[in-house]
Amino acid sequence: MGEVFDIELFRSALRLATPLALAAMGGILSERSGVVNIGLEGQMLMGAFVGWAAAVALGSGWLGVLCGVAAGMLLGFLHALLTQRFRADHVVSGMAVNLLSAGLTVFLLRRFFERPPGASGVPNWGLEWLQPIPLLGGLLSNQSPFVMLMLILPFALHALLYHTVWGLRVRAAGESARKSRLAGIGVVAIRYRCVMLSGALAALAGTYLSLSQLNVFTEGMSAGKGFIALAAVIFGRWTPLGATAAALGFGFLDALQQRLQGETLFGVRVPSEVLLSLPYLLTIVALAGLVGRSIPPQDLGKQEEGE
Amino acid sequence: MKTSWRLLLLPVAVFVVAVAVAAVVIALSGSPPLPALAAWWEGAVSAPGALPESLLNTTPLLFTGLAVAVGLLAGQFNIGVEGQLLMGALASAWVGFAVSGLPAPLHALLALLVGALVGGIWGWIPGILKAWRGAHEVITTIMMNHIAIYLTQYLVTKVWKDPNSMSPQTPEALPSAWLPILAEGTRLSVGLLLALATALLLWYLLKRTIWGYELRAVGANAEAARAAGVRVSRMIWGSMALSGAIGGLAGAVEVLGVHHRYYDQFSPGYGFDGIAVALLGNNHPLGVVFAALVFGAMKNGAVYMQSVTVPAVPREITTVVQAVVIFFLAAIRFQRRAG
Repeated sequence: MGEVFDIELFRSALRLATPLALAAMGGILSERSGVVNIGLEGQMLMGAFVGWAAAVALGSGWLGVLCGVAAGMLLGFLHALLTQRFRADHVVSGMAVNLLSAGLTVFLLRRFFERPPGASGVPNWGLEWLQPIPLLGGLLSNQSPFVMLMLILPFALHALLYHTVWGLRVRAAGESARKSRLAGIGVVAIRYRCVMLSGALAALAGTYLSLSQLNVFTEGMSAGKGFIALAAVIFGRWTPLGATAAALGFGFLDALQQRLQGETLFGVRVPSEVLLSLPYLLTIVALAGLVGRSIPPQDLGKQEEGE
Repeated sequence: MKTSWRLLLLPVAVFVVAVAVAAVVIALSGSPPLPALAAWWEGAVSAPGALPESLLNTTPLLFTGLAVAVGLLAGQFNIGVEGQLLMGALASAWVGFAVSGLPAPLHALLALLVGALVGGIWGWIPGILKAWRGAHEVITTIMMNHIAIYLTQYLVTKVWKDPNSMSPQTPEALPSAWLPILAEGTRLSVGLLLALATALLLWYLLKRTIWGYELRAVGANAEAARAAGVRVSRMIWGSMALSGAIGGLAGAVEVLGVHHRYYDQFSPGYGFDGIAVALLGNNHPLGVVFAALVFGAMKNGAVYMQSVTVPAVPREITTVVQAVVIFFLAAIRFQRRAG
């Protein structure tokens, strides 16, 4: 028992929560502006692939991250174009983004990399000066810069959404596009920006997967993490801090699952599948309002009536 | 004229454009596109033994396409067909290996029914949560997919695992539960006929019965349907349960007709393919038959193309085609109504 809940478990929870929280921030931006983005999964996968491939080609992890983020932004643009310009159904367009990424990444991987080489990744930050600080030092020293970003970004996004005029406009666009337009807000322009940023953040989470640990891309690497990020958005009631808390919780469940592997928890043998499916189960419970209901932005996924 | 354009020419045109986009991707990747396209066609249609294999690929897509279409007609976007398929497949495999002493057609029939039932329950859950609590079915079905993945994984690795095998799979189903082969020397089973019969039955149900009329009314305008006296919430969970049952049947037919057992990750995403199939088929049961044939042949042909081209053109190009088809149809036709 004592060996299960050590500092390494919490360090690993932080690492596992990082891609979830980063992508969740993207999900919040998009959905708060009124655009459903179930393409987070595909944007994450594309970010992971392009980031890794670019890092292999250019020999730099950070340049890889940049390219991966650009690819995610491009997918975000595609989603915005379809949902705003062509008024396509948000879910249909998001599914197409997911399919496109799943197909294209494997196609390119198989075509150009017979044996995927390791890339130069993004090294951890030592931060040795943190070490004397109890708990914090143990948790944060020698972690990826992505982990630090994951801890700071939610506060920045919170400030942006709730304490700036731009944030007010984003939320207004998501709650009532029609009234926003009457108030002179460029709803479509705001949504383009939010959805592109959303793709960028999901792709950033993807580059963390492929450039921060093993520095190699594997097929279907996102493995549902984009959907768990979406779950964190809902569980956190479409707020940056709430979603991050949810992501940390989901990351902890994953870390616990990896740690237990046949061990017992309080004398009970818990199958890893139970812990792995808990985020999904809890989200359904939250959405059904069985324990405090999660309510989405009012105009989420709706199109405005005639131009 | 306008109707025939929308029903026939548009899907054909969109599919041709999507294949053209794939050809451009193949060209950009440095392979000559025309020989690849020729091999693709050959593998789908004209190579020896190609047609039965194409029909084999069509079968699950026809079921999952119908499953998605039923949901969409009722205004429900069932992204959970993949999970319903997995649950139905595992349930039917269990009936196949654990129930003994039944004569041949009865055993298979029971396995199919249980598969449809379990898939139907897996679809009914998000349906009742939407009808009862307003939980959006897109999100809940995505979540149900992942729960199904982990639940089946648990059952097939720890509870119903074949003791004689290292891999995560159930014991082989008794031959009495197998679906008979249609044509000697092929892998094509009567599952294809079941899929076609399901399409016909669905067409009848949707176009010729009051239940089907009410279902489509809810999909067209739920408020108007409610005002006209349709019990909307019952149609919501009913359509989701029917959609899930067809998804479960898809899995059961794959297990009983092709693999004769359930093994982990046997589905390459048939449930998600169903979305492209339903959209290309314009949610019309007969249109879905056409779309499943096209995509089934395309998938089969791509395997051949990958094996004969040097350097190999990866068969995942088919997923790109599906994505492009969805993008175009979403932009042209599948637009969300205001409000």
